[in-house]
Amino acid sequence: MNKNIDTKKIIISNPLKLDCGKEINNFPIAYETYGELNSEKNNAILVFHALTGDQYVSGKNPITNKDGWWSYVVGENKPIDTNKFFVICANVIGGCMGSYGPSTINESTGKQIGTDFPIITINDMVNAQYELIKYLEIEKLFAVVGGSMGGMQVLQFVANFPDKAKLAIPIACTSSHSAQNIAFNELGRQAIMADSKWENGFYSNYKLNPDKGLAVARMAAHITYLSEKGLQEKFGRKLQDRDSLRYGFEADFQIESYLRYQGSVFVDRFDANSYLYITRAMDYFDLSKQYKGNLSDAFKETKTKFFVISFTSDWLYPTSENREIVIALNSIGADVGFVEIESDKGHDSFLLDVPSFLKTLGDYINSTYKVINERRI
Amino acid sequence: MKEEFNIISNLIEENTRVLDVGCGNGDLMKFLQENKTKDIRGLEISKEKVQNCLSKGLTVIEGNAESDLKQFPKSSFDYVILSQTLQAFLNPELVINELLKVGKKVIVTIPNFGYWRVRLQLLFKGTMPVTENLPHEWYNTPNLHMCTIKDFYNFCSSKNIKIFKSIALKKSRISEINKSNLNYKNLDSHLGIFLIES
Repeated sequence: MNKNIDTKKIIISNPLKLDCGKEINNFPIAYETYGELNSEKNNAILVFHALTGDQYVSGKNPITNKDGWWSYVVGENKPIDTNKFFVICANVIGGCMGSYGPSTINESTGKQIGTDFPIITINDMVNAQYELIKYLEIEKLFAVVGGSMGGMQVLQFVANFPDKAKLAIPIACTSSHSAQNIAFNELGRQAIMADSKWENGFYSNYKLNPDKGLAVARMAAHITYLSEKGLQEKFGRKLQDRDSLRYGFEADFQIESYLRYQGSVFVDRFDANSYLYITRAMDYFDLSKQYKGNLSDAFKETKTKFFVISFTSDWLYPTSENREIVIALNSIGADVGFVEIESDKGHDSFLLDVPSFLKTLGDYINSTYKVINERRI
Repeated sequence: MKEEFNIISNLIEENTRVLDVGCGNGDLMKFLQENKTKDIRGLEISKEKVQNCLSKGLTVIEGNAESDLKQFPKSSFDYVILSQTLQAFLNPELVINELLKVGKKVIVTIPNFGYWRVRLQLLFKGTMPVTENLPHEWYNTPNLHMCTIKDFYNFCSSKNIKIFKSIALKKSRISEINKSNLNYKNLDSHLGIFLIES
């Protein structure tokens, strides 16, 4: 949580006008890159992370010492092969891994910005990351890729910069956050704000951390990332380190213990205010509204090729919502492929070892790279 | 298969926009991409086949022609192809109408149930025909609405669908179908290929 993170960072000096009306400048964007940019500069892939992700897509995450969040997809000899592609990922603004966010220290006060941080949107996140692409002097990305909130950023990126990516792969996402999505995010925010240590967002001034609230938020959200079938198969009614019920409120069941563990490890790596700001950005996301109710208009300027992917057991961003993106693209004759991958791992499928997903994604990216380079678009 | 691909390819002008409905593993798409046009899309109902196509870098959408053709704007493709799939739909008439909306021209190929080898099986064996081209048994066939070349020909005239070109295929022998040889071609061909327009 911004504790002496030794991360690549640039300071964006261009003022960025946010959707909320405020303007920010001289703000940091933390990022990581993998692989090498080739001499033609045509092998760059910008990966967008999801709600609780960060710039550490692959390899070891230096903060958590765990594998990067998309290690199944990005790395040497992985579907997005870093022997071949130059992969860039930035921490979103509002995040807590070195980019400008509520835990950034305000130099004039020496304190964290806290809830004085402005409300940011997916649009703001994407515009900030575009500054990084300019800094890296990449005229045109080969691809923009991301799942969940990362997929929303993919859609927003192509809408904002129609000629800056040859290929766009939004995965398990939506073009507008549904009532159910907003409801779950609100539950998480209320859990944080109900924690007495939240202190209206200025907990760091009191050396406090609303970790109980943040853990509950994570536990609730984690359930939405799985499927009923997956949960039942993995946990069922199995008991945790005991032979019989204890008639109390300890974690008798494995699923309880699992969720408690997920909550507890999350608070060590994530900032509660960042959770508030980023979930808010997701809730505000409604791409078709930005184009007066016509989603197709978001893409009518672009020649970018699209590949939309959903998962059968994802009930958070269900296939029907992914299909709406496909329909909007088809209705303007855009170049779009789509498949719903069979998986019982729920929304989290895009992060996990789902072989048919990994194979289709990898093969598609590699053959498309070949075709596009041969055609020299 | 190769003959059918060649005939379809010859019906298509170069560098046009093509949609292959029921594109399977993308063999025809690949063939046309190499020979005719880069601008080709596919629609396929089977996940596995869609994944095979995407793996080859083909632009394919998982979907059902009976419900998903609606999302394409009117006349958004120069050609829409339906290769040996018409008989598998619940409502072939609806599908033909959708194809004619989406495509400026439509290419339909049908396995001919009027082929003499097919007729003989029913006549002499008294069983539902099983041939090289129609390999399924009655209880597991995906083909719900088999038709003959003559049926499709008559269907087009009764619905005022213009037939630009109709071609009969027997093994690798190609011939034109017209009103006067219709009965003969209907007996002597295993596949009919029609280029139509609304």
